[in-house]
Amino acid sequence: MSAIRVLVGTRKGAFILTADGAREDWSVSGPHFAGWEIYHVKGSPVDPDRIYASQTSEWFGQVIQRSNDGGVTWEQPGSGPKLPETPPGAEDGEPMPQGKSNMFVYDTSVETGKPLTTHQWYDGTQHPWEFARVWHLEPSLTDPDTVYAGVEDAALFRTTDGGQTWHELAGLRGHDTGADWSPGAGGMCLHTILLDPADPERIYVAISAAGSFRTLDGGKTWTTINRGLSSSFMPDPTAEIGHCVHRLAMHPSNPDRLFMQKHWDVMRSDDAGANWYEISGNLPSDFGFPIEVHAHEPETVYVVPIESDSLHYPPEGKLRVYRSRTGGNEWEALTNGLPQKDCYVNVLRDAMAADSLDPCGIYFGTTGGQVYVSPDGGDHWSSIVQNLPSVLSVEVQTLS
Amino acid sequence: MIRVEIPFHLRTLAGVDGEVALTVDGEVTRASILDALETRYPMLRGTVRDHVTLKQRPLVRFFACKEDITHDPPTAPLPDAVASGAEPFLIVGAIAGG
Repeated sequence: MSAIRVLVGTRKGAFILTADGAREDWSVSGPHFAGWEIYHVKGSPVDPDRIYASQTSEWFGQVIQRSNDGGVTWEQPGSGPKLPETPPGAEDGEPMPQGKSNMFVYDTSVETGKPLTTHQWYDGTQHPWEFARVWHLEPSLTDPDTVYAGVEDAALFRTTDGGQTWHELAGLRGHDTGADWSPGAGGMCLHTILLDPADPERIYVAISAAGSFRTLDGGKTWTTINRGLSSSFMPDPTAEIGHCVHRLAMHPSNPDRLFMQKHWDVMRSDDAGANWYEISGNLPSDFGFPIEVHAHEPETVYVVPIESDSLHYPPEGKLRVYRSRTGGNEWEALTNGLPQKDCYVNVLRDAMAADSLDPCGIYFGTTGGQVYVSPDGGDHWSSIVQNLPSVLSVEVQTLS
Repeated sequence: MIRVEIPFHLRTLAGVDGEVALTVDGEVTRASILDALETRYPMLRGTVRDHVTLKQRPLVRFFACKEDITHDPPTAPLPDAVASGAEPFLIVGAIAGG
């Protein structure tokens, strides 16, 4: 019997929602890490019981949490308490806790070629690169101890020891354009990491508000992939960088095809990001944050239109997911079970996910604390929970 | 023993209730207390001060004997009442935000 585990990050803790394959009767556990902002929670595709969480606070900084039992118990990797009776050097041979799992230090070594120390600030001046938080954790497709972390200020880090230590893949920040990157309204965050299942050396990332980047050598060197994007707020709307990409999505069966929800515009690339074209079509608004692909239909895409960059809520107060079965341009509103009046929530960029059951389930969480599920690809929706803290992220695990 | 009160969010992180009791080697200062705290509870490293620079996080305050000592030098000696354990050393999250 299959089962579903939904991992929800909120402004005040993490929640885990579980159900069997029918996806009708749900159990809720949490809050985990109560009172902390949980930007993202995601499980390893290799070992679903290995789950990583990004726990953050304006007051107390970054914490990384790891579970080895599907979210029942958690630990900070390599940061366990030092027992009072434990002598220095730990006589049982266990290494002393290092407490480095939340240590994200930008690489300034000469090996990176050009160790950057500043980027462009809102006022056009140069500003020091400062770590704020981990926005997104992307576990490796092949190794449960390897995880990529997208952080603010924008950079890509990786652990290969289960989260005990993190090291920057500095080639990204060392890109020729790095000093010209500047933050979006939410900070200069690296929020999307797509790992190519067919080519472990190929990774896509997206940064607000720098744009999208691709590496073909496992993160050593990077190329901008923003040709075809147009952002009217920029002096040069089609510049190489500066685009506020909100989210990228990819179907694992076709890693050359990418979908993008940009600040404005829903976009698609059929050549691994080399060129983009608009697929907004008949959407009521092409502003939004998340974009997701159906698990079994690579041409079926989901977005949640938002009124505008100034009005972060659904047009007409109607919460509508839009689905395209044609890879974009032709969109249908999915409303069955969603509030169709007086609804003014937002759906953030990491707060939508799809399971891999058949029929495919679609999930999303709102800033109003609701998490919705559609067990039939978007035709019918119901709320799993209605009153969580504001939802920052939603991921789903399909368990056999 | 030095008595240290840490804020709610850090108590949950360290898995402790109420005060923690620490043995501090040498002179009792804010820096030596934080050294002892982070040695005993490695999961608190980076939450009160930066891993590398040891710079205090901006929204964390320190109190001793009803005085805000946040801006005193970190190596300044603390009052005898803290060093003797008669009074706790307080680490406080700034009252700001939601």
